[in-house]
Amino acid sequence: MTELGPFQFQTASYLVRIGNQSANTLLELRKELEECSDESVFYHTFQSLGRHHFLTEGFSNDFAQWVLASCNKPALAERLASVDIRDYVSLTELRTDLLRIVKEYCGQNVTDAAWAAFEPFYFCETIEQQVPLGIEAKDLEEFRTGLGDLPHASLQFHFITSRLRLHLHTNDFSQWLLKELACKDLAKRIDQIDIYTNTLDGARTKILRLVDKELEQ
Amino acid sequence: MTQVQAQSPIRPDPDSRAPMQRSQQEVPRTSTLEDYAKLLGESEIVELRALASRMKGKSVSMINSTSVGGGVAEMLNRIVPLVSELQVPIRWDVINGENEFFAITKAFHNALQGGPFDLPEESFQKFLANSEQNRARLKFDTDFVVIHDPQPVALIDARQEKNGHWVWRCHIDLSQPNRKVWNFLAPYVHRYDGAVFSSPAFARQLPIPQYLSSPSIDPLSDKNRDLEAEVIERVVEHFGIDPYRPMLLQVSRFDRAKDPVGVVRAYQIVKRYVDCQLVLAGGSATDDPEGEAVLAELREVAGKDPDIHILDLPPWSAQEINALQRAATIVIQKSLREGFGLTVTEALWKKKPVVASAVGGIPSQVIHKHSGLLAHSVEGTAYQIRFLLANPAIAQRLGEQGHEHVRENFLIISNVRRVVTLFLHFLR
Repeated sequence: MTELGPFQFQTASYLVRIGNQSANTLLELRKELEECSDESVFYHTFQSLGRHHFLTEGFSNDFAQWVLASCNKPALAERLASVDIRDYVSLTELRTDLLRIVKEYCGQNVTDAAWAAFEPFYFCETIEQQVPLGIEAKDLEEFRTGLGDLPHASLQFHFITSRLRLHLHTNDFSQWLLKELACKDLAKRIDQIDIYTNTLDGARTKILRLVDKELEQ
Repeated sequence: MTQVQAQSPIRPDPDSRAPMQRSQQEVPRTSTLEDYAKLLGESEIVELRALASRMKGKSVSMINSTSVGGGVAEMLNRIVPLVSELQVPIRWDVINGENEFFAITKAFHNALQGGPFDLPEESFQKFLANSEQNRARLKFDTDFVVIHDPQPVALIDARQEKNGHWVWRCHIDLSQPNRKVWNFLAPYVHRYDGAVFSSPAFARQLPIPQYLSSPSIDPLSDKNRDLEAEVIERVVEHFGIDPYRPMLLQVSRFDRAKDPVGVVRAYQIVKRYVDCQLVLAGGSATDDPEGEAVLAELREVAGKDPDIHILDLPPWSAQEINALQRAATIVIQKSLREGFGLTVTEALWKKKPVVASAVGGIPSQVIHKHSGLLAHSVEGTAYQIRFLLANPAIAQRLGEQGHEHVRENFLIISNVRRVVTLFLHFLR
């Protein structure tokens, strides 16, 4: 949503491009993470969370999952998993923090860092295809109706990946509710919903409840 | 050990008045978008239509080597009508060829997946001659031409300048190809606008862009649709399986790559702790000398254990496989090598806890400790099975999350969305 006015519900479909990079060790992960594209960082973090939105315990991003399942390094996996994508409005910053964690571990565990993983990590990248759904909302009632019927990809687009488009620590819904309807408290409460401990459907239910409460008032 | 031969599987009884059999006969052969909307939600189909609306005026042709049999034909049989229903004109053409041509392409197929290639040099010329005949016969007038697998790959010769977008959809594992065959085919592949693979592990370094599109299952097919409890019970009873004790199941052909002997070994470890049964359900091995050897080995390892059921099923056993998967306590896929592993997808869709090897496309489906458990050895497989049998609540959670994973990523509708998204990408 680049300009305010009615809320335009959009969706995004993702094409996955297979990169020519892969990592067989943590040292290789460090090297490739430094060199891969921003679209690749996006695919393995933001988009990974969307692909696995139904998991509410312990899944954060592809890097952490690979380190846990293929390298059997739970301590490093935990640190990588604790990187919260909501803290980032740019992929450069996100990459920097992920790299810092991997570099620190490799520096402190030189032998482990060279061990071959059970399975390689394949770097892929996202190509986004954004499409309007042809649904718009001019007020809170219409917003509620639109939100109730949104497909998962659209929820992910507006609620999670929107930070990178807005370059703000918020989401499309909260931004519109704040700027267009002046619902400051509602916008804040919606942005506080934890996407790591809620499924997308769970997050939607919570947003709907908050909107209902606002409508009652 | 119980063995059931090809003649035995249950076929629907036409005289039966059981509700399941009647409802099966009523299911249309080709499911429509509306059928999927009922299962997945209307919004998913609305979204798909919104995407496809961007393709207005564009047409597609799919070309492969067979209209029946095999996974690609099965997939196209489902995808083509759905794309058409999205108001995108789509045509499906099949190349012609004599037996000799298909013997050559079969040899190519095996060689590209790492096997040897023993055919004479002239095979390459025969392959090209056949391709030329098909090039003269077929039309290439659509905006998108999708060529499936190596058999029709040389049809790229038909491409004229600015003549649509050409995509090569490779359904096989190209990571370790026979050099001779790959060196022959690669120049053709390099002339496409892009190549699509089922897993990053199957791709190669190519000078053209490579994209990922996971295979998918059809939730409305005989193998995956919901079954009534009585149908499941009847299948279980038919095969002599005790419905009151845990049942471990591996569905796969009797092939060393699927390690059925390793599955028996893992079961034997588990059996020391838990009174359970093992079902190995696979395809007939009568025309496969190695398959017969594997079966013989399997029988020897199984010994006289009455709780090991080796089911040699014919190809039309989709409903029986479906019922066995639904009846299983835990589904195993202890492959040593694997393609994508659609039997894993099927089990996850049925909310089954899965213990599988971390090979091929399996880790993209079995996210360790989230949608199943991965193992790397016989002992590891046994340990994970014991863990799940002892922790049914965790097993249930893994099964439910596995179901959601498949719903989100590996159903036919997701596949159609990926196909449309690929076309839209080329139109940008």
